[in-house]
Amino acid sequence: MKILNCPLNGPRPVSEFYYWGEVRPMPNPATASDDAWADYVFNRNGAPGVKKEWWCHTPSNTWFIAERDTEKDVVVRTYFYEGEA
Amino acid sequence: MPWRLLRFALNKKHPEPRMFNFHEKLKSSYDVVIIGAGGHGLAAAYYLARDYGITNVCVLEKGYIGGGNTGRNTTIIRSNYLTPEGVKFYDESVNLWQDLSEDFDLNLFYANRGHFTLAHTDSALRTMRWRAEVNKHYGVDSEVVGPEAVKEAAPMIDISCGGHAPILGALYHAPGSVARHDAVAWGYGRGADQRGVEIHQQTEVLGIDVQAGKVKGVKTSRGYISTNKVLCAVAGSTPRILKMVDVKSPIYIHPLQAMVSEPIKPWLDPILVSGSLHVYISQSARGELVMGASLDPYELHGTRSTLDFVEGLTTHMLEMFPFLSNVKVMRQWAGMADMTPDFAPVMGKTPVEGFYLDSGWGTWGFKATPVCGKTMAHTVVNDSDHPLITGFSLDRFRNYALTGEKGAASVGH
Repeated sequence: MKILNCPLNGPRPVSEFYYWGEVRPMPNPATASDDAWADYVFNRNGAPGVKKEWWCHTPSNTWFIAERDTEKDVVVRTYFYEGEA
Repeated sequence: MPWRLLRFALNKKHPEPRMFNFHEKLKSSYDVVIIGAGGHGLAAAYYLARDYGITNVCVLEKGYIGGGNTGRNTTIIRSNYLTPEGVKFYDESVNLWQDLSEDFDLNLFYANRGHFTLAHTDSALRTMRWRAEVNKHYGVDSEVVGPEAVKEAAPMIDISCGGHAPILGALYHAPGSVARHDAVAWGYGRGADQRGVEIHQQTEVLGIDVQAGKVKGVKTSRGYISTNKVLCAVAGSTPRILKMVDVKSPIYIHPLQAMVSEPIKPWLDPILVSGSLHVYISQSARGELVMGASLDPYELHGTRSTLDFVEGLTTHMLEMFPFLSNVKVMRQWAGMADMTPDFAPVMGKTPVEGFYLDSGWGTWGFKATPVCGKTMAHTVVNDSDHPLITGFSLDRFRNYALTGEKGAASVGH
Protein backbone atom coordinates (compact mmCIF):
# COMPACT_ATOMS: atom_id res chain seq x y z
CA MET A 1 0.00 0.00 0.00
CA LYS A 2 1.42 3.35 -1.00
CA ILE A 3 1.46 6.01 1.71
CA LEU A 4 1.00 9.69 1.01
CA ASN A 5 1.76 12.36 3.59
CA CYS A 6 -1.23 14.68 4.01
CA PRO A 7 -0.12 18.07 5.42
CA LEU A 8 -3.14 18.03 7.75
CA ASN A 9 -3.63 14.35 8.64
CA GLY A 10 -0.15 12.92 8.28
CA PRO A 11 0.68 9.66 6.47
CA ARG A 12 -2.40 7.98 5.00
CA PRO A 13 -2.91 5.20 2.40
CA VAL A 14 -3.04 6.52 -1.15
CA SER A 15 -6.54 5.08 -1.65
CA GLU A 16 -7.83 7.89 0.60
CA PHE A 17 -6.57 10.48 -1.85
CA TYR A 18 -7.87 11.88 -5.09
CA TYR A 19 -5.48 13.01 -7.82
CA TRP A 20 -6.35 16.18 -9.71
CA GLY A 21 -3.46 16.65 -12.11
CA GLU A 22 -0.59 19.04 -12.49
CA VAL A 23 -0.78 22.58 -11.08
CA ARG A 24 -1.24 24.83 -14.12
CA PRO A 25 -1.81 28.58 -14.19
CA MET A 26 -5.14 29.53 -15.79
CA PRO A 27 -5.07 32.31 -18.37
CA ASN A 28 -7.69 35.03 -17.95
CA PRO A 29 -10.72 33.62 -19.81
CA ALA A 30 -11.91 37.13 -20.69
CA THR A 31 -8.74 38.08 -22.50
CA ALA A 32 -7.16 34.77 -23.59
CA SER A 33 -7.26 33.96 -27.31
CA ASP A 34 -9.11 30.83 -28.43
CA ASP A 35 -5.78 29.11 -29.06
CA ALA A 36 -4.40 29.98 -25.63
CA TRP A 37 -7.62 28.81 -23.99
CA ALA A 38 -7.65 25.50 -25.91
CA ASP A 39 -4.01 25.03 -24.92
CA TYR A 40 -4.96 25.51 -21.26
CA VAL A 41 -8.06 23.30 -21.40
CA PHE A 42 -6.64 20.36 -23.35
CA ASN A 43 -2.86 20.25 -23.56
CA ARG A 44 -0.81 18.58 -20.85
CA ASN A 45 2.81 18.18 -20.02
CA GLY A 46 2.66 14.42 -20.47
CA ALA A 47 6.42 13.81 -20.22
CA PRO A 48 7.86 12.26 -17.06
CA GLY A 49 9.57 14.38 -14.42
CA VAL A 50 9.11 15.87 -10.96
CA LYS A 51 5.74 17.64 -11.14
CA LYS A 52 3.67 19.79 -8.78
CA GLU A 53 0.27 18.16 -8.52
CA TRP A 54 -3.07 18.79 -6.85
CA TRP A 55 -4.14 16.05 -4.44
CA CYS A 56 -7.10 15.87 -2.09
CA HIS A 57 -7.45 13.82 1.07
CA THR A 58 -11.09 12.88 0.48
CA PRO A 59 -12.29 11.99 4.03
CA SER A 60 -11.27 15.44 5.27
CA ASN A 61 -11.58 17.26 1.92
CA THR A 62 -8.07 18.65 2.30
CA TRP A 63 -6.54 19.99 -0.90
CA PHE A 64 -2.77 20.30 -1.09
CA ILE A 65 0.21 20.13 -3.42
CA ALA A 66 2.44 17.11 -3.85
CA GLU A 67 5.74 17.24 -5.70
CA ARG A 68 6.11 13.83 -7.24
CA ASP A 69 8.51 12.10 -9.60
CA THR A 70 6.10 10.63 -12.16
CA GLU A 71 8.68 8.17 -13.49
CA LYS A 72 9.70 6.63 -10.16
CA ASP A 73 6.42 7.26 -8.30
CA VAL A 74 8.27 8.89 -5.42
CA VAL A 75 6.68 11.81 -3.57
CA VAL A 76 9.34 14.44 -2.91
CA ARG A 77 7.23 16.61 -0.57
CA THR A 78 3.68 17.70 0.20
CA TYR A 79 2.48 21.09 1.40
CA PHE A 80 -0.49 23.47 1.34
CA TYR A 81 -0.98 25.75 -1.64
CA GLU A 82 0.24 29.21 -0.77
CA GLY A 83 -0.88 31.25 -3.76
CA GLU A 84 -4.16 33.13 -4.09
CA ALA A 85 -7.22 30.92 -3.85
CA MET B 1 10.03 -33.49 -34.59
CA PRO B 2 13.08 -35.67 -33.71
CA TRP B 3 13.59 -36.58 -37.39
CA ARG B 4 13.37 -32.95 -38.35
CA LEU B 5 16.00 -32.21 -35.73
CA LEU B 6 18.33 -34.83 -37.13
CA ARG B 7 17.85 -33.75 -40.73
CA PHE B 8 18.06 -30.00 -40.28
CA ALA B 9 19.45 -28.98 -36.93
CA LEU B 10 22.77 -30.73 -37.40
CA ASN B 11 23.13 -29.81 -41.09
CA LYS B 12 24.51 -26.39 -41.94
CA LYS B 13 23.00 -26.53 -45.43
CA HIS B 14 19.48 -26.38 -44.00
CA PRO B 15 19.40 -23.62 -41.43
CA GLU B 16 16.01 -23.10 -39.83
CA PRO B 17 14.95 -19.63 -41.01
CA ARG B 18 15.01 -17.06 -38.24
CA MET B 19 11.84 -15.13 -37.44
CA PHE B 20 13.64 -11.81 -37.95
CA ASN B 21 16.88 -10.86 -39.66
CA PHE B 22 19.51 -9.24 -37.51
CA HIS B 23 21.16 -6.12 -38.90
CA GLU B 24 24.64 -5.31 -37.67
CA LYS B 25 24.50 -1.61 -38.53
CA LEU B 26 22.01 1.14 -39.16
CA LYS B 27 22.13 2.63 -42.64
CA SER B 28 22.85 6.35 -42.89
CA SER B 29 19.45 7.11 -44.38
CA TYR B 30 16.00 5.59 -44.83
CA ASP B 31 12.87 6.67 -46.69
CA VAL B 32 10.78 6.19 -43.56
CA VAL B 33 11.78 5.71 -39.93
CA ILE B 34 9.19 4.15 -37.64
CA ILE B 35 9.69 4.56 -33.90
CA GLY B 36 8.29 1.63 -31.92
CA ALA B 37 8.30 -2.07 -32.90
CA GLY B 38 4.94 -2.85 -31.35
CA GLY B 39 1.94 -4.06 -33.30
CA HIS B 40 1.09 -0.60 -34.66
CA GLY B 41 4.59 0.32 -35.83
CA LEU B 42 5.24 -3.06 -37.41
CA ALA B 43 1.81 -3.10 -39.08
CA ALA B 44 2.58 0.26 -40.66
CA ALA B 45 5.95 -1.10 -41.84
CA TYR B 46 4.22 -4.19 -43.23
CA TYR B 47 1.63 -2.25 -45.24
CA LEU B 48 4.25 0.26 -46.46
CA ALA B 49 6.22 -2.66 -47.88
CA ARG B 50 3.33 -4.82 -49.08
CA ASP B 51 0.91 -2.24 -50.46
CA TYR B 52 3.23 0.60 -51.50
CA GLY B 53 6.51 -1.18 -52.25
CA ILE B 54 8.38 1.08 -49.83
CA THR B 55 10.99 -1.15 -48.21
CA ASN B 56 13.81 1.25 -47.37
CA VAL B 57 12.23 1.50 -43.94
CA CYS B 58 13.71 1.12 -40.50
CA VAL B 59 11.79 0.30 -37.34
CA LEU B 60 13.54 1.46 -34.15
CA GLU B 61 12.74 -0.20 -30.85
CA LYS B 62 14.15 0.73 -27.46
CA GLY B 63 13.29 -2.68 -25.94
CA TYR B 64 12.20 -5.75 -27.84
CA ILE B 65 9.52 -6.55 -30.43
CA GLY B 66 6.01 -6.41 -28.99
CA GLY B 67 7.28 -5.80 -25.45
CA GLY B 68 5.16 -2.73 -24.81
CA ASN B 69 1.39 -2.45 -24.79
CA THR B 70 1.12 -4.98 -27.65
CA GLY B 71 2.10 -7.69 -25.17
CA ARG B 72 0.34 -6.13 -22.17
CA ASN B 73 -3.28 -5.81 -23.26
CA THR B 74 -6.09 -8.32 -22.65
CA THR B 75 -6.30 -9.25 -26.37
CA ILE B 76 -9.93 -8.28 -26.96
CA ILE B 77 -11.08 -7.37 -30.47
CA ARG B 78 -14.45 -5.69 -31.08
CA SER B 79 -16.04 -2.80 -32.96
CA ASN B 80 -19.13 -1.91 -30.89
CA TYR B 81 -18.10 1.67 -30.25
CA LEU B 82 -20.27 4.71 -29.74
CA THR B 83 -19.32 7.40 -32.26
CA PRO B 84 -19.75 6.95 -36.04
CA GLU B 85 -16.02 7.69 -36.50
CA GLY B 86 -15.12 4.99 -34.00
CA VAL B 87 -17.55 2.38 -35.31
CA LYS B 88 -16.44 2.74 -38.94
CA PHE B 89 -12.78 2.67 -37.98
CA TYR B 90 -12.90 -0.35 -35.68
CA ASP B 91 -15.21 -2.23 -38.04
CA GLU B 92 -12.61 -1.93 -40.78
CA SER B 93 -10.11 -3.29 -38.27
CA VAL B 94 -12.28 -6.29 -37.39
CA ASN B 95 -12.59 -7.03 -41.13
CA LEU B 96 -8.82 -6.91 -41.56
CA TRP B 97 -8.35 -9.30 -38.62
CA GLN B 98 -10.32 -12.05 -40.37
CA ASP B 99 -7.66 -13.20 -42.86
CA LEU B 100 -4.59 -12.03 -40.99
CA SER B 101 -3.45 -15.53 -39.95
CA GLU B 102 -3.46 -16.62 -43.58
CA ASP B 103 -1.81 -13.42 -44.68
CA PHE B 104 1.08 -14.02 -42.24
CA ASP B 105 1.12 -17.82 -42.51
CA LEU B 106 1.18 -17.71 -38.71
CA ASN B 107 -1.50 -18.89 -36.31
CA LEU B 108 -2.77 -15.90 -34.34
CA PHE B 109 -5.20 -18.06 -32.31
CA TYR B 110 -7.95 -15.69 -33.41
CA ALA B 111 -11.03 -16.97 -31.61
CA ASN B 112 -14.50 -15.57 -32.12
CA ARG B 113 -16.14 -15.68 -28.69
CA GLY B 114 -18.93 -13.09 -28.58
CA HIS B 115 -18.69 -10.07 -26.30
CA PHE B 116 -21.15 -8.98 -23.59
CA THR B 117 -21.03 -5.51 -22.06
CA LEU B 118 -23.13 -5.85 -18.93
CA ALA B 119 -25.59 -3.21 -17.75
CA HIS B 120 -26.37 -3.01 -14.03
CA THR B 121 -28.41 0.20 -14.12
CA ASP B 122 -31.13 1.72 -16.27
CA SER B 123 -28.81 4.44 -17.46
CA ALA B 124 -26.20 1.88 -18.54
CA LEU B 125 -28.92 0.00 -20.41
CA ARG B 126 -29.88 3.23 -22.15
CA THR B 127 -26.27 3.70 -23.31
CA MET B 128 -26.26 0.09 -24.56
CA ARG B 129 -29.36 0.78 -26.67
CA TRP B 130 -27.71 3.89 -28.06
CA ARG B 131 -24.55 1.98 -28.93
CA ALA B 132 -26.54 -0.89 -30.46
CA GLU B 133 -28.45 1.54 -32.73
CA VAL B 134 -25.29 3.36 -33.86
CA ASN B 135 -23.66 -0.02 -34.51
CA LYS B 136 -26.60 -1.40 -36.50
CA HIS B 137 -26.76 1.77 -38.55
CA TYR B 138 -23.20 1.12 -39.70
CA GLY B 139 -23.82 -2.60 -40.26
CA VAL B 140 -22.05 -3.80 -37.11
CA ASP B 141 -23.61 -6.81 -35.41
CA SER B 142 -24.72 -5.54 -31.96
CA GLU B 143 -27.92 -5.98 -30.01
CA VAL B 144 -29.30 -5.45 -26.53
CA VAL B 145 -30.13 -8.72 -24.77
CA GLY B 146 -31.76 -9.57 -21.47
CA PRO B 147 -30.15 -11.11 -18.39
CA GLU B 148 -31.32 -14.59 -19.39
CA ALA B 149 -29.10 -14.46 -22.49
CA VAL B 150 -26.12 -13.59 -20.29
CA LYS B 151 -26.92 -16.47 -17.96
CA GLU B 152 -27.21 -18.85 -20.89
CA ALA B 153 -23.87 -17.80 -22.35
CA ALA B 154 -22.07 -17.89 -18.98
CA PRO B 155 -23.99 -20.28 -16.70
CA MET B 156 -21.58 -19.83 -13.79
CA ILE B 157 -22.48 -16.14 -13.38
CA ASP B 158 -24.39 -14.82 -10.39
CA ILE B 159 -26.85 -12.69 -12.32
CA SER B 160 -27.67 -10.63 -9.21
CA CYS B 161 -23.94 -9.92 -8.57
CA GLY B 162 -24.22 -10.59 -4.86
CA GLY B 163 -27.61 -8.89 -4.75
CA HIS B 164 -26.44 -5.32 -4.99
CA ALA B 165 -25.71 -4.86 -8.70
CA PRO B 166 -28.14 -7.13 -10.58
CA ILE B 167 -27.51 -7.50 -14.31
CA LEU B 168 -30.43 -5.90 -16.16
CA GLY B 169 -29.22 -6.68 -19.65
CA ALA B 170 -26.23 -6.44 -21.92
CA LEU B 171 -24.95 -5.19 -25.22
CA TYR B 172 -24.12 -8.35 -27.16
CA HIS B 173 -21.56 -8.06 -29.92
CA ALA B 174 -21.23 -11.40 -31.74
CA PRO B 175 -17.96 -10.58 -33.61
CA GLY B 176 -16.12 -9.96 -30.31
CA SER B 177 -12.92 -12.03 -30.36
CA VAL B 178 -9.57 -12.66 -28.74
CA ALA B 179 -6.21 -13.27 -30.42
CA ARG B 180 -2.70 -14.05 -29.30
CA HIS B 181 -1.26 -10.56 -29.02
CA ASP B 182 2.49 -11.15 -29.37
CA ALA B 183 1.91 -13.25 -32.48
CA VAL B 184 0.33 -10.18 -34.09
CA ALA B 185 3.55 -8.21 -33.65
CA TRP B 186 5.62 -11.19 -34.79
CA GLY B 187 3.44 -11.72 -37.87
CA TYR B 188 3.59 -8.10 -38.97
CA GLY B 189 7.28 -7.93 -38.08
CA ARG B 190 8.21 -11.04 -40.03
CA GLY B 191 6.09 -9.96 -43.02
CA ALA B 192 7.82 -6.57 -43.07
CA ASP B 193 11.26 -8.11 -42.47
CA GLN B 194 10.88 -10.58 -45.34
CA ARG B 195 10.05 -7.69 -47.65
CA GLY B 196 13.22 -5.83 -46.75
CA VAL B 197 12.24 -3.62 -43.80
CA GLU B 198 14.95 -3.43 -41.12
CA ILE B 199 13.89 -3.90 -37.51
CA HIS B 200 16.45 -2.62 -35.00
CA GLN B 201 15.79 -3.66 -31.42
CA GLN B 202 17.72 -2.26 -28.45
CA THR B 203 17.96 1.03 -30.31
CA GLU B 204 16.71 4.08 -28.48
CA VAL B 205 15.69 7.35 -30.10
CA LEU B 206 17.52 10.20 -28.38
CA GLY B 207 16.36 13.12 -30.49
CA ILE B 208 14.66 14.14 -33.70
CA ASP B 209 16.34 16.60 -36.00
CA VAL B 210 13.81 19.22 -37.11
CA GLN B 211 14.94 22.09 -39.32
CA ALA B 212 12.59 24.89 -40.46
CA GLY B 213 9.59 22.83 -39.38
CA LYS B 214 10.64 19.74 -41.34
CA VAL B 215 11.98 16.39 -40.17
CA LYS B 216 15.58 15.87 -41.31
CA GLY B 217 16.80 12.95 -39.24
CA VAL B 218 16.74 10.90 -36.08
CA LYS B 219 19.44 10.65 -33.41
CA THR B 220 19.63 7.16 -31.96
CA SER B 221 21.74 5.36 -29.39
CA ARG B 222 23.50 3.72 -32.34
CA GLY B 223 24.11 6.77 -34.50
CA TYR B 224 22.40 9.34 -36.69
CA ILE B 225 19.95 8.49 -39.46
CA SER B 226 18.80 10.98 -42.03
CA THR B 227 15.20 10.73 -43.18
CA ASN B 228 12.33 12.99 -44.20
CA LYS B 229 9.56 10.92 -42.68
CA VAL B 230 9.16 9.69 -39.13
CA LEU B 231 6.18 7.76 -37.83
CA CYS B 232 5.86 7.71 -34.05
CA ALA B 233 3.96 4.67 -32.68
CA VAL B 234 5.19 4.42 -29.10
CA ALA B 235 2.02 4.42 -26.94
CA GLY B 236 3.05 5.35 -23.39
CA SER B 237 6.28 7.00 -24.50
CA THR B 238 4.52 9.40 -26.90
CA PRO B 239 4.93 12.51 -24.69
CA ARG B 240 8.70 11.90 -24.51
CA ILE B 241 8.97 11.81 -28.30
CA LEU B 242 6.64 14.81 -28.72
CA LYS B 243 8.95 16.79 -26.45
CA MET B 244 11.78 16.13 -28.93
CA VAL B 245 9.81 17.74 -31.77
CA ASP B 246 8.29 20.43 -29.54
CA VAL B 247 4.66 19.54 -30.29
CA LYS B 248 2.05 19.97 -27.55
CA SER B 249 -0.67 17.41 -27.04
CA PRO B 250 -3.36 16.48 -24.52
CA ILE B 251 -1.91 12.99 -24.08
CA TYR B 252 -1.33 11.92 -20.49
CA ILE B 253 -0.05 8.62 -19.16
CA HIS B 254 -1.78 6.42 -16.60
CA PRO B 255 -0.88 2.77 -16.04
CA LEU B 256 -3.45 0.13 -16.95
CA GLN B 257 -3.05 -3.09 -15.03
CA ALA B 258 -4.17 -6.62 -15.82
CA MET B 259 -3.69 -10.10 -14.43
CA VAL B 260 -4.22 -13.78 -15.19
CA SER B 261 -5.30 -16.63 -12.97
CA GLU B 262 -3.84 -20.10 -12.89
CA PRO B 263 -5.09 -22.23 -15.82
CA ILE B 264 -8.42 -23.95 -15.15
CA LYS B 265 -10.79 -26.11 -17.19
CA PRO B 266 -12.62 -24.23 -19.95
CA TRP B 267 -15.86 -22.84 -18.54
CA LEU B 268 -16.15 -19.32 -19.96
CA ASP B 269 -16.64 -18.97 -23.69
CA PRO B 270 -17.70 -15.33 -24.16
CA ILE B 271 -15.86 -12.17 -23.18
CA LEU B 272 -17.63 -10.34 -20.34
CA VAL B 273 -17.24 -6.68 -19.50
CA SER B 274 -18.84 -4.71 -16.72
CA GLY B 275 -18.23 -0.99 -16.79
CA SER B 276 -20.02 -0.44 -13.48
CA LEU B 277 -18.07 -3.13 -11.62
CA HIS B 278 -14.83 -2.28 -13.46
CA VAL B 279 -14.21 -5.84 -14.56
CA TYR B 280 -13.48 -7.50 -17.83
CA ILE B 281 -12.78 -11.17 -18.13
CA SER B 282 -12.20 -13.83 -20.75
CA GLN B 283 -10.64 -17.27 -20.69
CA SER B 284 -7.55 -17.81 -22.83
CA ALA B 285 -6.89 -20.90 -24.94
CA ARG B 286 -4.53 -22.02 -22.15
CA GLY B 287 -7.34 -21.86 -19.60
CA GLU B 288 -6.10 -18.78 -17.76
CA LEU B 289 -8.65 -16.15 -16.88
CA VAL B 290 -7.48 -12.88 -18.38
CA MET B 291 -8.78 -10.03 -16.26
CA GLY B 292 -8.60 -6.28 -16.26
CA ALA B 293 -10.22 -3.40 -14.44
CA SER B 294 -9.79 0.32 -14.96
CA LEU B 295 -6.98 2.80 -15.25
CA ASP B 296 -4.78 3.53 -12.27
CA PRO B 297 -5.98 6.71 -10.58
CA TYR B 298 -2.90 8.85 -11.14
CA GLU B 299 -0.23 9.65 -13.71
CA LEU B 300 2.77 7.35 -13.80
CA HIS B 301 5.48 6.61 -16.38
CA GLY B 302 6.24 3.12 -15.21
CA THR B 303 4.91 -0.41 -15.31
CA ARG B 304 4.80 -1.37 -11.63
CA SER B 305 1.77 -3.30 -10.47
CA THR B 306 -0.07 -2.97 -7.15
CA LEU B 307 -1.90 -5.09 -4.62
CA ASP B 308 -4.66 -2.46 -4.53
CA PHE B 309 -5.45 -3.41 -8.10
CA VAL B 310 -5.75 -7.13 -7.37
CA GLU B 311 -7.90 -6.50 -4.31
CA GLY B 312 -10.22 -4.12 -6.13
CA LEU B 313 -10.60 -6.29 -9.19
CA THR B 314 -11.12 -9.58 -7.36
CA THR B 315 -13.70 -8.06 -5.02
CA HIS B 316 -15.92 -7.26 -7.99
CA MET B 317 -14.99 -10.45 -9.82
CA LEU B 318 -16.25 -12.54 -6.91
CA GLU B 319 -19.57 -10.72 -7.01
CA MET B 320 -20.02 -11.98 -10.56
CA PHE B 321 -18.38 -15.39 -10.10
CA PRO B 322 -18.36 -16.41 -6.41
CA PHE B 323 -16.97 -19.87 -7.25
CA LEU B 324 -13.64 -18.31 -8.26
CA SER B 325 -12.74 -17.64 -4.64
CA ASN B 326 -10.31 -20.58 -4.55
CA VAL B 327 -8.62 -19.77 -7.84
CA LYS B 328 -5.11 -18.33 -7.57
CA VAL B 329 -3.80 -15.25 -9.31
CA MET B 330 -0.78 -16.29 -11.32
CA ARG B 331 0.73 -13.03 -12.48
CA GLN B 332 -0.05 -9.37 -12.95
CA TRP B 333 1.47 -6.56 -14.96
CA ALA B 334 0.88 -3.03 -16.20
CA GLY B 335 1.19 -1.04 -19.40
CA MET B 336 1.51 2.70 -19.85
CA ALA B 337 -1.70 3.89 -21.48
CA ASP B 338 -1.52 7.10 -23.52
CA MET B 339 -4.88 8.63 -22.65
CA THR B 340 -6.74 11.45 -24.40
CA PRO B 341 -9.54 13.65 -23.01
CA ASP B 342 -12.14 12.29 -25.46
CA PHE B 343 -11.04 8.62 -25.42
CA ALA B 344 -10.31 8.71 -29.15
CA PRO B 345 -6.81 8.33 -30.62
CA VAL B 346 -4.56 11.06 -32.00
CA MET B 347 -3.48 10.09 -35.50
CA GLY B 348 -2.09 11.57 -38.67
CA LYS B 349 -0.13 14.65 -39.61
CA THR B 350 1.31 17.07 -37.07
CA PRO B 351 2.53 20.69 -37.22
CA VAL B 352 6.01 19.29 -38.02
CA GLU B 353 6.28 18.35 -41.70
CA GLY B 354 7.18 14.68 -42.11
CA PHE B 355 6.37 13.76 -38.51
CA TYR B 356 3.34 11.49 -38.23
CA LEU B 357 1.63 10.33 -35.08
CA ASP B 358 -0.14 7.09 -34.25
CA SER B 359 -0.90 7.68 -30.59
CA GLY B 360 -3.52 8.29 -27.96
CA TRP B 361 -4.26 4.58 -28.01
CA GLY B 362 -4.84 4.47 -24.28
CA THR B 363 -6.77 1.36 -23.37
CA TRP B 364 -8.17 0.59 -26.82
CA GLY B 365 -5.18 0.09 -29.15
CA PHE B 366 -4.75 -3.65 -29.69
CA LYS B 367 -7.94 -4.23 -31.62
CA ALA B 368 -7.05 -1.35 -33.94
CA THR B 369 -3.61 -2.69 -34.88
CA PRO B 370 -4.37 -3.70 -38.49
CA VAL B 371 -6.39 -0.64 -39.44
CA CYS B 372 -3.84 1.68 -37.82
CA GLY B 373 -1.05 0.12 -39.82
CA LYS B 374 -3.05 0.43 -43.00
CA THR B 375 -4.24 4.01 -42.52
CA MET B 376 -0.88 5.26 -41.23
CA ALA B 377 0.95 3.70 -44.19
CA HIS B 378 -1.46 5.56 -46.47
CA THR B 379 -0.96 8.78 -44.50
CA VAL B 380 2.84 8.56 -44.60
CA VAL B 381 2.97 7.76 -48.32
CA ASN B 382 0.50 10.45 -49.43
CA ASP B 383 1.39 13.00 -46.76
CA SER B 384 -2.33 13.41 -46.15
CA ASP B 385 -4.58 11.85 -43.53
CA HIS B 386 -6.47 8.70 -44.58
CA PRO B 387 -10.25 9.43 -44.74
CA LEU B 388 -10.92 6.99 -41.85
CA ILE B 389 -8.72 8.96 -39.44
CA THR B 390 -9.66 12.57 -40.14
CA GLY B 391 -11.80 12.58 -36.96
CA PHE B 392 -8.71 11.70 -34.93
CA SER B 393 -6.38 14.56 -35.90
CA LEU B 394 -4.38 16.49 -33.31
CA ASP B 395 -6.06 19.69 -34.57
CA ARG B 396 -9.42 18.68 -33.15
CA PHE B 397 -8.49 19.98 -29.70
CA ARG B 398 -7.44 23.41 -30.95
CA ASN B 399 -10.70 23.56 -32.90
CA TYR B 400 -12.82 22.42 -29.93
CA ALA B 401 -14.13 19.55 -32.10
CA LEU B 402 -13.68 16.49 -29.89
CA THR B 403 -14.75 12.99 -30.88
CA GLY B 404 -16.20 11.79 -27.55
CA GLU B 405 -15.59 8.05 -27.75
CA LYS B 406 -17.04 6.68 -24.55
CA GLY B 407 -17.34 3.15 -25.91
CA ALA B 408 -13.68 2.71 -25.00
CA ALA B 409 -12.46 0.07 -22.59
CA SER B 410 -11.81 0.73 -18.91
CA VAL B 411 -13.69 3.98 -19.04
CA GLY B 412 -16.51 4.60 -16.61
CA HIS B 413 -19.68 5.73 -18.37
